[in-house]
Order: sequence, then structure tokens, then C-alpha cells
Amino acid sequence: MLHRESGVFKTSYAADMALYPLPIARWTVAAVILLFAVVLPLTVHEYYLSIVNLVLIAIVGALGLNILVGYTGQISVGHAAFMSVGAYTAANLAVHLHLPFWVTLPAGGLMAALIGGIVGIPSLRIKGLYLAIATLAGQLIIEWIINHTPAISGGAQASIEVPRPVFMGRQIKTQGQLYYFLLFFAVLATLATLNLVRSRIGRAFVAIRDQDIAAEIIGINIFRYKLLSFAISSFYAGVCGVLYTYYFGIANYEAFQIGVSIDYLAMIIIGGLGSVLGTIFGAIFVTMLPIVLRLTMEPLGGLFFDAGELSSIIASTRLILFGCLIIFFLVVEPEGLNRLWRNIRNYFRVWPFSY
Amino acid sequence: MSISTSWRTAAITAGAIALAAGAAQAQDKEIVIGLQCDRTGPTQIVGTVLCPGYHDYINLVNSKGGVEGYKIKAIEIDHEYKVPPAMEAHERFKKDGAVLEGVYGTPQIAALTKKLEEDKILGTSPGFGTAAAADGKRYPYIFPIAASYWSQGAAAVDFAKRQLGGSLKGKKIAYIYFDNPAGKEPIAVIEDLAKIEGFEMRTFAVPSPGVEMAAQVLDITGRFKPDFVIAHLFGRAPSVSIKEFKGKGYPLSKVVSLVWGSSEADIQAAGGYGVAEGYHTMQFAGVGSDFQVIKDINAMYKAQGKSPPKEQETSVYYNRGLMIAALHVEAIRNAVKAKGGAKPTSEDVKNGMEALKDFTLGGMVPPITVTPEDHEGGGWVQVWTVKGGKLVKDGEWFQAYRDVIKKHLQAIN
Repeated sequence: MLHRESGVFKTSYAADMALYPLPIARWTVAAVILLFAVVLPLTVHEYYLSIVNLVLIAIVGALGLNILVGYTGQISVGHAAFMSVGAYTAANLAVHLHLPFWVTLPAGGLMAALIGGIVGIPSLRIKGLYLAIATLAGQLIIEWIINHTPAISGGAQASIEVPRPVFMGRQIKTQGQLYYFLLFFAVLATLATLNLVRSRIGRAFVAIRDQDIAAEIIGINIFRYKLLSFAISSFYAGVCGVLYTYYFGIANYEAFQIGVSIDYLAMIIIGGLGSVLGTIFGAIFVTMLPIVLRLTMEPLGGLFFDAGELSSIIASTRLILFGCLIIFFLVVEPEGLNRLWRNIRNYFRVWPFSY
Repeated sequence: MSISTSWRTAAITAGAIALAAGAAQAQDKEIVIGLQCDRTGPTQIVGTVLCPGYHDYINLVNSKGGVEGYKIKAIEIDHEYKVPPAMEAHERFKKDGAVLEGVYGTPQIAALTKKLEEDKILGTSPGFGTAAAADGKRYPYIFPIAASYWSQGAAAVDFAKRQLGGSLKGKKIAYIYFDNPAGKEPIAVIEDLAKIEGFEMRTFAVPSPGVEMAAQVLDITGRFKPDFVIAHLFGRAPSVSIKEFKGKGYPLSKVVSLVWGSSEADIQAAGGYGVAEGYHTMQFAGVGSDFQVIKDINAMYKAQGKSPPKEQETSVYYNRGLMIAALHVEAIRNAVKAKGGAKPTSEDVKNGMEALKDFTLGGMVPPITVTPEDHEGGGWVQVWTVKGGKLVKDGEWFQAYRDVIKKHLQAIN
């Protein structure tokens, strides 16, 4: 990032496969960890932590979707439904069996993985827009089942209040405590994805994305890997849903409707398909941009308008600006924010020369 | 990873600077209220009218010198009917020292229930959210302050009973509803009443987004042939239902809609007052512009050299905004009075809200009485009927079957 290597001196496969090949990169990582684990939560107001918390949850869900859409090339518009599967699984386990979060969290993920694997079956025969419609059906069917099954949804309101997660005898409930809780899982999800995509499984996914017939010819079991991709992706979604559930203290399927699936697709497309870093950029962009736009417009507009008028202007202008910025970034770099970042970095690597 | 996080930091810092530059210091003689709105999401038909009404009332109060000497500052955040921004809005209100929050949307109030209680800030959910929130012991910081879906359902049955000559014995009532938790909520109460009153009740679900209901309406009018219809629909669905019932020749004078299918906008979208003649709408705030408070607001606009806001044409939602603001202001007034003029905390305002008694705002608001046990305020509604090109009041404020509602509230504990 801020450093540049002077040559390639790798002498072993281990060195070549290292996530951070240079010592300075490892120091940067350590500094960033220090910043996010210590400096940020101690210096920043709880309000800003609440925004970061929303970003952290979004990162987990978006990473899962990027594994499926970006790495494996299978379109899904049912991602939010898998979140609700995870959310209700965890909520039922937490309320009826009084299980702690370290049981309900993976359980929610696994249940979502199971359902995701089933919804992924059509991907074995259909691709592209046809698959999008099949997963859309999955989204609606799951919503309908939750809405109409009191045994899952907990009654007419279809919402289950869950107790706050308990860690070492203490409830995690303030935004500061939730920050550490969510940061842990967001980092875990990021590391898991970074390692997944450079493993045998990840390379199989990429092979399927690039040309599935060729992948099959070189010996990749398409059946197995496509379903595996759906399952892993849904696992992330399920975990994301559980995190939302613990964050809000309630599981409610109305928070996981089709619009949420679209939001997550927007994150990975804006951030960059098939890129972990891009996913994080996208999650930040989609979650924070509306907030940042509002926070900048409030003091500016406050000079000219009264509170009532200002609210109306901000609400509309923010939507327009948000749309324009998405178009702007995608026109400037169709491959997303990740590619944009790499272009800037490559430019400065050789600066002041052009190449 | 290292790259991403540094970028993230930069973004957060930029946001922090932007906010720090604009954040006004809370003044001693200023009380802050948070208001969540949906001006740009799927229910913008409500938000674009309700929220200006809210601000108009706050401006009116401030133009008259505020509440007991305190100016009111209403911060509004538009959450587009999405759930995560509702949490961000809450944290923002908390940071700015809001003493109460007007929440908007059923999923949003559900998501904030726990946090509001932990932060001890009261949130209002007028006309939406779970009916169980009426129980102040169970949800100490949630205040529906308007008829819940249970109360609305019960009131609709009561209204049907009066329309059908005082008895429902052997009658048939159809309940057509939006197939979501809010739509399903009144069913339990209406089923109970069917047993008590001896009528036959059947439910007809309309799936989201509710713009296609020809089959359901045909089922109702052609097969079930009910004596009365209770409709509980949202968004575009109410106008579609009016058109469908009209098209099938069912008299709209035998249809009553719960509060979110009851605005002038729904009637206009259905084809105007001529089409909707006879349609009954349920309201938790008064309708029309014939109220002293609206005259005061128009006088305020006139003094500033402006014409009255066009939002007043959709008086159903505009007046609801006025009502919500008025109840917020009254809670604050009670709190300031109880503290002898000192600046109230959010806890004081909660007590002030629970001390609301018979506040009517010149007839626009029902005689709401909030107590620590009853946060719903009595479940009062009014029915207005489409008659000769406008909505006409069909009787005074009423509440119905309170014993049945109470029984249901106790059953969930």
C-alpha cells in the first residue's frame, strides 16, 4: 500500500504464497490492527462506532456474496433470505434452548448453508439471468415460509427478541462492546475468505467462473463445487444474519427482504467482483455514503434553510447524489473501487515516471 | 487487508471531521427531539406528508416562544424504510441529546425496542408496531400513543356491528389483509370477536406488493358474499382494493379500511371521490383542515409571507404528523412542569408522556390518556366516510372491546 518492493527475491513456495510478502506489509497490518482494536474504540464517539458496526456486519454478508457471485460466477438475488434463515435459527436456539452465541452463530451459519445448498441446485442446470430468477424464487419462498410458520417465526409478529450475547459473564450491549464482538467476526470472515480463495477450493471456483466446461474437463467436479459455493456463501449470509440479530436484539424477517439482497449485490459490484478488498470497499461505500452525504449536507444546508425544509431537501438530494456517485465510480472504473485503488497505487509505484 | 483498513480509516475520519464541523452545541434553552422518517422509501406516500406536518407543529410551538421557555429542535433522519439506518439514526439522536424519538416503521421499531430500553430513551410508534407494546410494563420505553392493530381490528368489528343494525349474529365478515406481520396481527382479535358476537369471519391474504388482488376480491364478492369487509392494506394496495370492489359491484359503504388505507391519496389513486363514494376509513387523528391548530399554522405562514404548505391537501397524514408532534411536545411540557422549569432528561419526558391526560388539541386528537400500564392511550379511533367528494366524519371518537384487547395483552405475558 504505502510501500513498494525493489525486486522479487522469493526463494520458496511458502514465501510466494504468503499473504504479506514483505516485512513492512506485516508491520502495516500490525499498525492497522492496533488502530482498529485500540485507538479507534478509545478515541471515537459511540455514534461513529455504531456506523462502523453496521459496516462490519455488511462486510461479513458481502464477502459471502462475493464468493458466490464474484469468485464462482453464480448470480444470486436471494442473499438476504439466507440471512433470515441464520437469524431465526440463532434466535430460536438462543430463546428456547438458551444457547450462547458461540453455539448459535455457527448453527445459524450451518442452517443457512444447508438451505443455500438446496436453493443452489438449479445452478447445476441454469446460468445467468435464469439463475437470478431461480434464486429470486428462493428468496420469496423463504420469506413466505418464515411469515407463515409460527414455529419458526414465533407468532403473528414474526419476530423473536433475543437476549444480548454474553462473553465471560458480561453482556455485550453498548456500541463499544458490540464493536469488538463484530470486529472479531468481520476479521475472521475476511481472513477465512482470503485463505479460501487461494486454496484448491477457491481456484476451483474461479475455474468454474471463467469457463465451466473447461473446468469440468480439467477434472473439477462442477456439481460439488457449485453447491459448495452456494453453501459457503450462505454460511456467511447466515452468520451475517445472526450478527444483525444480536446487534438489534431481535430476529425479524422484514429486515431481510429483497431490497437487502439488492443492496448487497450493489456492494460487491461497486467494490469489485472477485476481490476481498473490493468487498470491503463496497460495504463501506454503500453503508457509509448516505450517512456521510447527510452529515456534510446538514451544516451546509443549515445556513440557508430551516429544519423542516432542510430535511426534505437532504432526503431527496442524498438519493440523487448517491445514485450519481455510483454511476460516476462505475463509469470511471467498471471493475469497481478495488481496481480504481490498484490503478492509483500502480501510478504512484513508478511515480514520477509514467512506467 | 492492510490496504482496505487504511482506506476505511480515512473514510471514517473524513466523516468525523464533516460532522464535528457542523455539530451545533446543544444550548441550555433547547430541547432536542429525534424524528425518523421515510421520505424516499417504499412508504414515502406517508413520509413526505407526515414529516412536514411534524415540523410545522414544532415551528408553530417555537414561534410562540417554545415549551415553557424552551425551544424545540427536531432532528430528522430519513431511513428509506431500511432497518440498519434506523439504528444509526438512534445513535445520532442519542449523541445529540434527544429526550425522545419518533420512530417510523414496524421493522424499525422492532429493531430498536431493545436499544431504546437500554438507553432509556422513549420511542413512539403511532399506529404501527406490535400491539403488545401497549403494555407499558413489558415495553417501558415504547409508546404507541395511537390505536394498535388489535384496537383497530376491534373497532372495525364494532363499526360493522353498528352499520349492520346492532347485531352481528349470523352475519359474515371478510378480512382482506396485506400478507405481512402487520397485516396478520388483528386476526387473533377478530377471530375472538367472531366467537363472542356470533359472526362468521374469513381471511383473504394479499401478497406483497399488493397491487394484484382480483382473485381475492372475486372470492370475497362472488363466493363468500360477506355482509361487511374489513380491509387492512398498505402502500398502493388500498387504492387497488377500492377499484376492485367497485369493479365487482360490491358496495363500498360496506367496506371499512384500517388506518393505513385511509388517506386522500388512496382515494385519488383509486380514481377519485366519485369512485370511492361510501368507502369508510379509520383514523387515529382528525381529518380535514377545520382545526384551530391548522389555522394557527396558516397564520404563521402568512406572517412569513408564504402560502400554506401543499401537504395540507393530504390532511390525513399531515394531521397525523401534527398529532405526533403535539403529543411529543405535551410530554415535554409535562416533564418541564414536573421539574419546576428545569431542563428535563429523557427519563423525565417518559414520565411526562405517562402523565398525558385528556389532551385533545381541539378535537384533532382523541382523548388520549397514557399511564405507566397503558402506553396505547385507550385505542381511540374515528371513522370518516367518503361522501359527496370529501371525507365526512361518521360519529365521534370511540374505543371498542377493551376487555378483549386486555385479555390478549395479558395472554402474551
